[in-house]
Amino acid sequence: MKTAIIAVTLTAAAALGGVAAAESATLKEVKARGYLKCGVSDGLTGFSNPDSQGNWSGIDVDVCRAVAAAIFDDPNAVRYTSTTAKERFTALTKGEFDILSRNTTITMQRDAGLGMEFTGVTYYDGQGFIVKTDSGVASVNDLNGATVCTQTGTTTELNVADYFGAHGMTYQILAFEKESEALSAYDSGRCDTYTTDQSGLFAAKLELADANAHTILPEIISKEPLGPAVRQGDDAWEDLVRWTFYAMVNAEEMGVTSQNVDEMLKSPSPEIRRLLGVEGDFGTQIGLTNDWAVRVIRKVGNYGEIFERNVGMGSQLKIPRGKNALWNQGGLQYAPPIH
Amino acid sequence: MSGQDDVAAVLPPSLPPRPWPWEHGRWRGLVFQFVVLAAVVGVVVWMGSNAWGELKNFGFSFLGNTAGFEISFKLIDYDRAGTYLDVLIVGLLNTLLVAALGIVLATVLGFVVGIARLSPNWIVSRLATAYVEFVRNVPLLLWILFFYLALIPTLPVAKQAVSLGDWLFLTNRGLFIPKLHWGETAWMVLVAFIAAIIGAIATTRWARRRQLATGKRPPDLLIGIALVVGLPVLAFFAAGMPVSLEYPELKGFNFKGGLALQPELFALVLALTIYTATYIAEIVRSGIEGVSKGQSEAASALGLSRGQRLRLVVIPQAMRIIIPPLTSQYLNLTKNSSLATAIAYPDVVAVFAGTALAKEGREIEILGITALIYLTLSLVTSLVMNLYNRRIQLTER
Ligand SMILES: N[C@@H](CCC(=O)N[C@@H](CS)C(=O)NCC(=O)O)C(=O)O
Repeated sequence: MKTAIIAVTLTAAAALGGVAAAESATLKEVKARGYLKCGVSDGLTGFSNPDSQGNWSGIDVDVCRAVAAAIFDDPNAVRYTSTTAKERFTALTKGEFDILSRNTTITMQRDAGLGMEFTGVTYYDGQGFIVKTDSGVASVNDLNGATVCTQTGTTTELNVADYFGAHGMTYQILAFEKESEALSAYDSGRCDTYTTDQSGLFAAKLELADANAHTILPEIISKEPLGPAVRQGDDAWEDLVRWTFYAMVNAEEMGVTSQNVDEMLKSPSPEIRRLLGVEGDFGTQIGLTNDWAVRVIRKVGNYGEIFERNVGMGSQLKIPRGKNALWNQGGLQYAPPIH
Repeated sequence: MSGQDDVAAVLPPSLPPRPWPWEHGRWRGLVFQFVVLAAVVGVVVWMGSNAWGELKNFGFSFLGNTAGFEISFKLIDYDRAGTYLDVLIVGLLNTLLVAALGIVLATVLGFVVGIARLSPNWIVSRLATAYVEFVRNVPLLLWILFFYLALIPTLPVAKQAVSLGDWLFLTNRGLFIPKLHWGETAWMVLVAFIAAIIGAIATTRWARRRQLATGKRPPDLLIGIALVVGLPVLAFFAAGMPVSLEYPELKGFNFKGGLALQPELFALVLALTIYTATYIAEIVRSGIEGVSKGQSEAASALGLSRGQRLRLVVIPQAMRIIIPPLTSQYLNLTKNSSLATAIAYPDVVAVFAGTALAKEGREIEILGITALIYLTLSLVTSLVMNLYNRRIQLTER
């Protein structure tokens, strides 16, 4: 049914001469509904975490807020749904939400085999381990024979198998459905180590009773590029989500912030003028108005702002920019130009 | 004129009008059934067409691929070089283990509590009622998590294991017991064991016949025990002692060797048992109450004690009422065992419909196989219970 609508829309668009961008079925649905549906975690500080009033915050949440700002000029026009690591992909492909933004690692299997498309890397991460400081474990190589706690349905679970296998180390794995139980089991001594994305370890440390009694090991055993995903089959929606994020990264690179965006509208720089829709016809190509990025930056901020606010120095986590610095500052964040 | 009178005479005075087909109960039933069937077929076709895209490379050859991950608790030899089929089998055995332990324990506890609820002793019956009401009204998942998270901190770390000689070690990694190591010719011991059991059953039957015929019963229990113990022992030596014990030993972080019964297993079985037992207790209670008072009055007139009345007169009759709902509790327990993932017990849902699914992405195949497994388990349980039910129904006189 949905595919039929898309097919008809596509044919209609092609008949019109291919100039008009194919209208996104998802965008139409979102507009008619009046809010965006966003799949997030159960609660992971810095990425997607509800406060006591049920207001969500985090980098992953800001990705959804940015898309809502681009569409509705209202970053709060979002409904969040918690989803476990194991269920998240099925939930997305079966249409429970429009965007999955849940510290999800981009892998070939997920991209090519599970009917979804990733729209960019919002956080470059890698898998690490946390141990009790008094265990005397100083390196991952000391973990031979250890019992490892983690979460089921994650890349984490599979990386452990790879790493310990490749290094001829034995291990016992306990894979829990929820992070909270995995962490409790580790805390109560059932496991020698808890492993997940390193950002998740920083967050976990805040949750443990005595943060100073735990040490994050220096090794990173995997690449975990985290990013939002959308369902396969609605290319126009994929473009909208992708370029909303790119707009935030480009804004940081050009020095456009939530504070100065209104002044920047008067900037003579052609690339800033294109970003902010003063020049060119970019917003309409993704089914929005040309000043879409102005709404995103004004209401949510540029990439640097959301990083610092959620996981960086402005947050409890205090994670340095590291690999997530812009490409021209020694990092990997690099957004294609708006041209 | 007379003709009309004739007709009037033949017809009964007030024949009700013939009902339309749809007013007919049977017809209406058929129509409804048809509508429901059509709706079900429609939904299946609709879901099928949605799944069509995913079905393009439908197939089960992935079961032969290397899984590449460890499983923390396994009843058969498995390591990460195993295939997805092995993962399926390991997970299934783990599910069966939990279900079997849970069913046995919950039945015992359920009968005890159900009978206790009817106890003439006020304190005993109140305690039983309180147990049922309290345990049943807290969700099962909470019981599982409670037992798990309450249990672990009380267990010692590996280096301070509580031990019983070289045999048993209790730590927060589990209860370590010696493991049977099966050699090449070990099957002979197994065959001898099975033969011994069959022999013991035959002996009992023969003994019963002799008792009926002669009034004296041969010592069948002794013969049976001698067979079940003796035959495997003989086979063990005849086959060149192929079965050995592997003892657990402390190495580094943990014990190596032996069989580790994890805290996850204990917590899961404990929670399933105490939770399901409340339902079984209610079933047992209403089953006993369903047996007419006259039966136990007659029994006590014969001078039977309360225990004898229950065991010999009331419970055998109550079983007929108890079995059908008891069966559905067994099915519930088996299905509920899939809450295992919450505490990382590697049942079939956790390792096959969880880790393997995440790795391989074969959603339709994996979920299909898993559903089929639970369906088969349910059907087999129902079948066995129905057979048992039929047997005890026949004893009715
Ligand atoms: N990035 C990895 C791991 C994602 C993951 O599930 N991480 C855990 C631990 S940091 C988590 O998000 N837990 C929070 C929750 O379950 O809500 C993946 O995509 O598989």
